[in-house]
Amino acid sequence: MGGLLARVYVTPKRGILDPQGKAVQHSLHVLGFGEVTDVRVGKYIEVQLRDVAGDAAMARVRQMCERLLANGVIEDFRVELGEGRS
Amino acid sequence: MRWGVVVFPGSLDDRDALRATERILGDEAVALWHKDRDLRGVDCVILPGGFSYGDYLRCGAMAKFSPIMEAVQAHARTGGLVFGICNGFQILCEAGLLPGALVRNRSLSFVCDTVTVRVETSDTPFTMGCRAGELLSLPIKHGEGCYVADEETLAALESERRIVLRYTDRGGRVVPEANPNGALANVAGVCSAGRNVLGLMPHPEHAVERLTGGEDGLRLFRSVQSWCGRGGTGERSTPTVVSGP
Repeated sequence: MGGLLARVYVTPKRGILDPQGKAVQHSLHVLGFGEVTDVRVGKYIEVQLRDVAGDAAMARVRQMCERLLANGVIEDFRVELGEGRS
Repeated sequence: MRWGVVVFPGSLDDRDALRATERILGDEAVALWHKDRDLRGVDCVILPGGFSYGDYLRCGAMAKFSPIMEAVQAHARTGGLVFGICNGFQILCEAGLLPGALVRNRSLSFVCDTVTVRVETSDTPFTMGCRAGELLSLPIKHGEGCYVADEETLAALESERRIVLRYTDRGGRVVPEANPNGALANVAGVCSAGRNVLGLMPHPEHAVERLTGGEDGLRLFRSVQSWCGRGGTGERSTPTVVSGP
């Protein structure tokens, strides 16, 4: 199959309240992981692509993020491109 | 007047909205399917509560791309009334018709309760029949109702008096204990710059009869009725058509 695999990481923007992250942080403290100073919970999305290469693929995935996968009001995103799964 | 209630797969409160507008108000009301592209001449579009398209990814994220939303966008751009309740509010924010976003309740718990909200301005088609400062008792039921916006946006909403409803205690005080979801500035509802689009988390359509939860929701529906009865002009000029939320 080949193609490309885009790994999209969506995270709450700095300054936006992340109650899930806070709850997880609290639980980690309760479990004895006192070294934890901050936890933010986001989303990881895999997008398998075909018939598109390199720069064009990156531009397309960024458009996907801006239009649907992330909400720019509350979230940031980061994209990594790699070899697709066979 | 004529109301339209959009039905998305996963909408829950469309029936109550239709019932409130048709049976209680005695108006014409039509259900609008999410795949329709025509609003069938309605004066006010209601985006009801529920879990449109399963609320996958984010609440309202899929619904904003449904065919009917293009017509809703066009309706809103020309000053038409759009009333987004709960999931409808989330969809309006996702669609960029209202600023900000609704995120997971600060408590992480789903809340189902009756809350007090204060009408902050009567200068909208949805509240023109209310007094500013009036308190309404309305039900809420949501897991993602925490309103957030950046500081600049929030300041603009305050100065333009676009925060239409705020959670308060029964004495009408804006206090943290009266905030059911952690919303910034206790925001329960905001309107667009043109004041013709309102989004709110509480459910006026569930509060239209004394027997089941009170009648305070009617205050908002009747306001819209009066607005449209006056030819959609009310006491102020026709909503200014502005681009952007």
